[in-house]
Amino acid sequence: MSSAIAIETRRALKEYGTGSHAVRALDGVCVRIDKGEFFTLLGPSGCGKTTLLRLIAGFETPTSGQILLHGKNITTVPPNLRPVNTVFQSYALFPHLTVADNIAFSLRMLGRSRSDVLQTVERMLSLVRLESFASRKPQQLSGGQQQRVALARALAPEPKVLLLDEPLSALDLKLRKEMQRELKRLQTETGITFIFVTHDQEEALTMSDRIAVMRSGKILQVGAPREIYNHPVDRFVADFIGETNFLSGRVEGDKIRLSSGELVAAETEGHSGSVTLAVRPEQVGICPAGTSDSLTAEIVDTVYFGTDTHCHLSLADETELVARLQSPPSGNIGLSRGEKVGIKFNPGAVQVLNE
Amino acid sequence: MTIVSDRAFSVSRLPGFATIAVTVLVMLYLPIVLLVLFAFNAGPSPAIWEGFSLHWFPRAWANEQVKEATIRSLVIATSAAIISTSVAVLAALGTTRRRKSPGQTFVYLMINQPLMVPEIVTAVALLILFGFIKVATGYQGLGYLILAHSAFCIPFAYLPIRARLEGMDITLEIAAADLYATPWQAFRHVTLPMLMPAVAAGFMLAFITSLDDVIISLFVKSAGQDTLPTYMLGQIRRNMTVEVNAISTLLIGLTVILLTAFFLLTRERNRPQK
Ligand SMILES: Nc1ncnc2c1ncn2[C@@H]1O[C@H](COP(=O)(O)OP(=O)(O)O)[C@@H](O)[C@H]1O
Ligand SMILES: [Mg+2]
Repeated sequence: MSSAIAIETRRALKEYGTGSHAVRALDGVCVRIDKGEFFTLLGPSGCGKTTLLRLIAGFETPTSGQILLHGKNITTVPPNLRPVNTVFQSYALFPHLTVADNIAFSLRMLGRSRSDVLQTVERMLSLVRLESFASRKPQQLSGGQQQRVALARALAPEPKVLLLDEPLSALDLKLRKEMQRELKRLQTETGITFIFVTHDQEEALTMSDRIAVMRSGKILQVGAPREIYNHPVDRFVADFIGETNFLSGRVEGDKIRLSSGELVAAETEGHSGSVTLAVRPEQVGICPAGTSDSLTAEIVDTVYFGTDTHCHLSLADETELVARLQSPPSGNIGLSRGEKVGIKFNPGAVQVLNE
Repeated sequence: MTIVSDRAFSVSRLPGFATIAVTVLVMLYLPIVLLVLFAFNAGPSPAIWEGFSLHWFPRAWANEQVKEATIRSLVIATSAAIISTSVAVLAALGTTRRRKSPGQTFVYLMINQPLMVPEIVTAVALLILFGFIKVATGYQGLGYLILAHSAFCIPFAYLPIRARLEGMDITLEIAAADLYATPWQAFRHVTLPMLMPAVAAGFMLAFITSLDDVIISLFVKSAGQDTLPTYMLGQIRRNMTVEVNAISTLLIGLTVILLTAFFLLTRERNRPQK
């Protein structure tokens, strides 16, 4: 029987240290990662992303809970017996070995035949487009090239799962964009399950099949990028992924009464009492003051960003709000400071979050 | 240690600095210069110069006792260096690659004990211990000297190896395990190759330390087991000959070569490794 799940963690809990000094790095994480998926762990620094990867790689054993690989319990299996490989943030290339020997390392440890090793190394070198660098030492390569060697080295033994711990954070912006596309290509070509760690929400949104947003050792939400962006489960997720306007209000039937006293339509089912509304800046539209069903606002400031113009608004009770409007060809949206306008939210764009 | 602070305060600008520096250098090196110079003396005295000659070198080597003592010294130094370096590698792995524990300072002190306990104390202690063993087993061979030298050479081999291990990125060993290396393979294919310069450096320091030892050798050796230093000491007690100068000159040459190699090997360590 073959299931579709590559990695499953069951209430994985990890504490560093003991007694009163114990730090809980992971707090009962349950997650299922499908075969062939590009899965991203996203969260601020210190939320436990690296710890989760280390548990999956076998560098640490969980304090409690289980790790399953293709349905098999591998919780206490040492790293050298797990068909899982890691691309380290610092690359961790062996400085005393050439590029080819770095890539061949795992194959030799596994006792593959000489011809098999040669063939695989050649295939890996061409996969990451480093054919002419085979006999260089890692120190003689640029950061981007070292990155690609690290990838080739980890992919050579064809692991069931590839773990990548913030692999792009050391690269400059241009190279990072290039490597993002490269990684995506490698994942599609090899069909290997990628578990990718980043604290960069944009990187997560552009690359992933699914994202798990983490905070303080817990997974808050798992979903496709669109789902997470459009339907964040709570204020933290909404705030961490993209820019968001937060408005507070109370549920009144199928509407929400804002603190400014005005009513807004929203999907209120399952919510009651005090709630927070989250609205993305690009979902805020501006119309002439007094238009029916619009909120009254005053322009505080407009900031030109090229394709976009950000319009800072203030509601009747001084709640601040940002609208992102496409800049017209003239570059001037024709709104000036102090002007009274109406604002409308696109239908379905208002997310209701419990307090 | 910046250039600015050098400018603000420099020891070399203090009055009398040059005088003191020169005096110290002369005191350190004049005896050695004289010793080496008189190794090339044509005459029989290590004090009266009678012209240049190389004949003391072949003459020293023709002396059976010198030859035997030299070979004995080299056998002991090589064996002791191999044993102490092997132990030092294990000790360094044990003290850097395991979780920090309260007992670690104690272990560290134990390993470096020969550097702190006066040599004469160790010598007497070994004499007594080996005395027991000799009576019990009847064994009289070189083993005692090799064992004693191995023991006091350990810290000299240990220190450079430990320094290198501490400076090494542990992620590399984790990466090896991730790439299917067993703990032994990770040591053999990653840790050891990267440790090699320090192992060689430790080996040479141990070798020189053993080659140079007098006190412990004097106490531990059986009759007829002179090492080069104890032989030379015996010679000087009788009458000074230029032969001793010649042997010393060769020893100095060897030491300079080994220390230069040590310097080059440990300098490698400070190079950035990415
Ligand atoms: N070896 C360790 N010893 C003690 N605490 C640790 C250790 N590794 C990580 N932590 C702690 O565990 C938490 C999660 O760390 P980590 O998994 O590295 O987070 P992230 O990769 O998301 O930045 C942090 O609070 C960190 O300080
Ligand atoms: Mg991390």
